[in-house]
Amino acid sequence: MQRAAALLRRGCGPRTPGPWGRNQSSAAAEASAVLNVRPERSRRERILTLESMNPQVKAVEYAVRGPIVLKAGEIELELQRGIKKPFTEVIRANIGDAQAMGQQPITFLRQVMALCTYPNLLDSPSFPEDAKKRARRILQACGGNSLGSYSASQGVNCIREDVAAYITRRDGGVPADPDNIYLTTGASDGISTILKILVSGGGKSRTGVLIPIPQYPLYSAVISELDAIQVNYYLDEENCWALNVNELRRAVKEAKDHCDPKVLCIINPGNPTGQVQSRKCIEDVIHFAWEEKLFLLADEVYQDNVYSPDCRFHSFKKVLYEMGPEYSSNVELASFHSTSKGYMGECGYRGGYMEVINLHPEIKGQLVKLLSVRLCPPVSGQAAMDIVVNPPVPGEESFEQFSREKESVLGNLAKKAKLTEDLFNQVPGIHCNPLQGAMYAFPRIFLPAKAVEAAQAHQMAPDMFYCMKLLEETGICVVPGSGFGQREGTYHFRMTILPPVEKLKTVLQKILFRYFSCPGTTRESCHLRSHSEVTSMKFLSLIQICVCSVSWGSTAGLCLGRPIAAHPEAQLAVLF
Amino acid sequence: MASSTVDQSQVARNGLREKVLTLNSMNPRVRRVEYAVRGPIVQRALELEQELRQGVKKPFTEVIRANIGDAQAMGQRPITFLRQVLALCVNPDLLNSPNFPDDAKKRAERILQACGGHSLGAYSISSGIQLIREDVAQYIERRDGGIPADPNNVFLSTGASDAIVTVLKLLVAGEGHTRTGVLIPIPQYPLYSATLAELGAVQVDYYLEEERAWALDVAELHRALCQARDHCCPRALCVINPGNPTGQVQTRECIEDVIRFAFQERLFLLADEVYQDNVYSAGSQFHSFKKVLMEMGPPYAVQQELASFHSTSKGYMGECGFRGGYVEVVNMDPAVQQQMLKLMSVRLCPPVPGQALLDLVVSPPAPTDPSFMQFQAERQAVLAELAAKARLTEQVFSEAPGISCNPVQGAMYSFPRIQLPPRAVQLAQELGLAPDMFFCLCLLEETGICVVPGSGFGQREGTYHFRMTILPPLEKLRLLLEKLTRFHAKFTLEYS
Repeated sequence: MQRAAALLRRGCGPRTPGPWGRNQSSAAAEASAVLNVRPERSRRERILTLESMNPQVKAVEYAVRGPIVLKAGEIELELQRGIKKPFTEVIRANIGDAQAMGQQPITFLRQVMALCTYPNLLDSPSFPEDAKKRARRILQACGGNSLGSYSASQGVNCIREDVAAYITRRDGGVPADPDNIYLTTGASDGISTILKILVSGGGKSRTGVLIPIPQYPLYSAVISELDAIQVNYYLDEENCWALNVNELRRAVKEAKDHCDPKVLCIINPGNPTGQVQSRKCIEDVIHFAWEEKLFLLADEVYQDNVYSPDCRFHSFKKVLYEMGPEYSSNVELASFHSTSKGYMGECGYRGGYMEVINLHPEIKGQLVKLLSVRLCPPVSGQAAMDIVVNPPVPGEESFEQFSREKESVLGNLAKKAKLTEDLFNQVPGIHCNPLQGAMYAFPRIFLPAKAVEAAQAHQMAPDMFYCMKLLEETGICVVPGSGFGQREGTYHFRMTILPPVEKLKTVLQKILFRYFSCPGTTRESCHLRSHSEVTSMKFLSLIQICVCSVSWGSTAGLCLGRPIAAHPEAQLAVLF
Repeated sequence: MASSTVDQSQVARNGLREKVLTLNSMNPRVRRVEYAVRGPIVQRALELEQELRQGVKKPFTEVIRANIGDAQAMGQRPITFLRQVLALCVNPDLLNSPNFPDDAKKRAERILQACGGHSLGAYSISSGIQLIREDVAQYIERRDGGIPADPNNVFLSTGASDAIVTVLKLLVAGEGHTRTGVLIPIPQYPLYSATLAELGAVQVDYYLEEERAWALDVAELHRALCQARDHCCPRALCVINPGNPTGQVQTRECIEDVIRFAFQERLFLLADEVYQDNVYSAGSQFHSFKKVLMEMGPPYAVQQELASFHSTSKGYMGECGFRGGYVEVVNMDPAVQQQMLKLMSVRLCPPVPGQALLDLVVSPPAPTDPSFMQFQAERQAVLAELAAKARLTEQVFSEAPGISCNPVQGAMYSFPRIQLPPRAVQLAQELGLAPDMFFCLCLLEETGICVVPGSGFGQREGTYHFRMTILPPLEKLRLLLEKLTRFHAKFTLEYS
C-alpha cells in the first residue's frame, strides 16, 4: 500500500498539483481536463479503481518510461505550443532508441524488409540481387508467402534455423538446435515468458529471482507483476561493476530465509552499468548456478556492443558448453537477443529470440502452449531478426556497403563511449566506470545535503529530484539511478550515449554545467571525492571559468582576464 | 515429439540431475492454460505436413488449415494500398520512385513524420504513436455516426489479444470469495479462458443460445452471475460481437440489454469487436458497444466502464502477421488509465509497422485519392467473397444429415453442431479424449482437414461441435465442405 502510494505521488497516479510545488503544467492540466470531462459529484464509484485494481500491477515500476519521461512529453508539447524554455528541444537520453537519435537504418536490412512487405518490388531493378534472394527465402517460409499471415507460435521455421546457424558461428562451432530457438516480440517478451513459467509456490516456497543491482527495470517490473520475490545481488561499482560470486552467495543465503531462490538473471554486457563480463566470471557464475540449482537467464541483447579493446563478449551458452558435460548437460539456461540494439537499432520492429538449453521437454511443450495464446511474434520483426542473424557475406553484392554501415555505427559508439567516460571523470564529484559495452553511462553523482533534503521534502528519491531539475532546466531527459537500484546512499543516473557526437558533447556539457551550478555541490563534492586528484583550488577555478565564459563551447572566451585556454585547469572547457 | 523421446531416454541413461524447471515445479497457473486454436490438433497437423514433405503416403496431398482465421495463409491477397504505404515507410528511398501513387507517398511521409527519427525502427511511446491514436479516434467517430472519441482513450496494442490481456490483468484482484470473476460466453474464443487461467481469475460461463442462432440472453447472464457470486466476485463481462467461434451478430436491442445488465450489476464491459467489418447476413448490422452506450444517455453513457477492441488481423485486410490493434476505453478511472499506460510501458511499445498498418486501416484512401478505386475494388472483392463463403458453408452443413449449422451472420467461422454415435463417444472416452477432439483427429488423419473441436471453445454438456474458418478460396472451400460432410457420414456409419 505504501509503495503504491509512493508511486502515485511520483506521478503514476492521477495528476495532482505537481510535487515540485509549482502549478500544474498546462499539458497536464489539459490532460486531466480531458480525462475528467464529467462532474465527479454525481458519479457512483467506478468498478475499476486504484483501490480495486490488481495490486501486483499497481506495484509495478518502470523507470525508463516513468514519471520523468511523462514530464519530458509534457515539456515537448509546451515547446511545440511556443512556450519559452531555457532550451529549444528535449533530448531523450533516457532510452536506448538509436534511430530516434538519428542513427540511420542499415540499408540492406530495410531493402529486404521493403521487398518482403511489397513483393511487387522483386521485379524492380533498383534492389540488389542478394536482398531479393533473402526476401524470397523469407516469403517462401511464410504462410501464403506473406508477412501478413500468422507464423507458428515459436516463429517462422527457416528463421529459427538461421538463428541457430548464427549462434553456432558466434560460438565457434558449439552446436545450436533450431528446436531450442523461440522468436519473440523483442527480448522483453521472451524474458517475461520464461519468468512467468518459472514462478510458483507460496509463502517461503515462493520463487525467488536473483537480479543484479543496478538492473534493467524490466526485471523488477515483471517480478512484481508475477508476485515473485526479487532477490538483489549488488554489482561492485568500485570494481567496474563486476559481478562477484561471493555477493551472489550472500544474496542466496539471505533469500533462503523467506523464499525459494530458483532463478539467476545476468545482464551481459550490463544495462545500465556497461560492464562486459570476463570469461572467468561467467564460469564462476555458471558453477554457482550449478551448485545452487539455479535456472540461468542470460540477457545478451548488447552482444554486438563491446567497445573496450581489452573486453570481449562471451556467450553463456558457449562457456557452458566448454565447461564440460557435467555443466553443459545439466545447467538450464535461457539466453536472449534482440533486433533493437547492436548496430541495427531496429527497436520499433520488436524482433527478438531466446535460445533455451537443457529445458525439460515437457516444459518446452508448456512454453509453446503459452506462446500460442498470443498467436505469434510480429512477422515483420521476425524477418528483421533473420537479416540480423544472416547478413550479407563476402562475395555478395551488398557486403561492402553493409560492412561499412555496421562498422561506422559501432565505431561511432565506441568513440562516444570513450568521450562520455572521459568527460564525466574530469569532473570532481562525478565518477563514471568505463563504458566497456552496451549503450549507457551510469555515472555516480554526489548530491549535496541540501538537495537531498529538498528531494525528501518533495517525497522524491534525491536522484529523481536531480533528474527532474535537469530536465526542466536543460531539456535533457535521463533516468535516475533509483529506477535501476543502487547501494543505499549513492546516487546515479543513466544516460544513453546514442546522440550524434556533437549533440552528445552538448548534452554532457549541459549536464556538467548544471551539476556545478547546483548550490552546495562544489565544496562538499571535493571533500567527498578524496581519491580525486583535483584540488579544491583547481576545482573552484573551473567553476569561475564556467561562470565567466558565455558558454562552455566558447574556448576563446576570457576568464580572469586571460583566455580560458591559457588556464592550465581549463582542460575541461577546452575539451568541449 | 521425436526429439523429446530422445531427451528423456538420455535422462534415464545418464542419470542427470533433476531439472529446476519441471511440470511439477512450474507455475501451476500456466500449466492450467489451454489454447485449443493452436493445441494438439495443430501440432499433429504440423507433423503431417512434415511427413508429406518427406514423401510419406497419406490419403490426401495437403493439410488444409481451417483451424485459424489466417486469411493470407489461405491465399487472400494483401490490399495493395496498405502494402505500398508500408513499403514506403520501411524503405523511404522509395519515396523517389515513380511506381508508387502520390497518395501512398503522402501517407507514408505523414506516418514517418510522426515516428522518432522519422523511422519505423524507433520505439514509439507506449500507448502508440500520437498521430495514429488521433486517426483511430476519428475512425471511431465516423463509424459511430459522430459520437466523439478521445485519442487519449485509445491505446495501440500488439494485436487485440495483447490489449485484452492487459485490461483483464488490471481487473484481477482479491482472494478466495473476493477473487475477480469474469463472465465469458460459451462457446468463447479461448484467449479468454487461457488468460483467466494464467491470471488466476475465476472464469464464469454464460451460455449462448444455440437454438436462437447463438443469441445472448440476459436471463442466462443473470443465472451465471447469481451462481458465481457464491464463490467469487464477478467484476467483468466479456462480449464477442460478431461472435467467435459462433458467428452471430448482436442486435442493437440485445446490446442495450447487456449494457443495462452490466450497469445494474456493476460489471466492467469488455467488447471484443475485431470482426466489426465482417458482417454478411442481409438482416444484420454491426453496432458498436460504444455507440449504443453513448446513445443510451446518462447514467449509462457517463458511468458504464467499457473497453472495446479492434485489430488489423481480420476484416477485409487480414494482416495477422503485423500484430496491429487498439483498445478504446470509456469511462475508465483516469488513475487506472495511468496504471494501464505504466503496465504497457514495461513492454516498451507495440510493433511500429503494425501501428502504421492500423493507421491505414482506420484512414483508408478518400474518394478523391488516386488509390481509392483500386482500394475499394479490392476491399469489396474480399468482403463479397467472404459473404458467399458464409452462405455456402451454412448451406452445405444444413443439408448434411447429423450436422446442423446456424447462419454465419458475421466473423470468419462456422461452428456446426455434429451428432456423434455413442460408440465413438465411448471410444473417445477410453482414449481420454473429448469426443469431438477424437472426431477432429480422425478427420485430420484421413482428409488432411484441420479444424478445432468445440470442446476447445466450450459447449453445453453432451453437445459436440467444431470450428472451421470459411477462409479457403471458394472452390477449395466447396471441396473441403464436401469432404468433411462425407467424412462425417462415414464416421457415423463406422461407429454405429
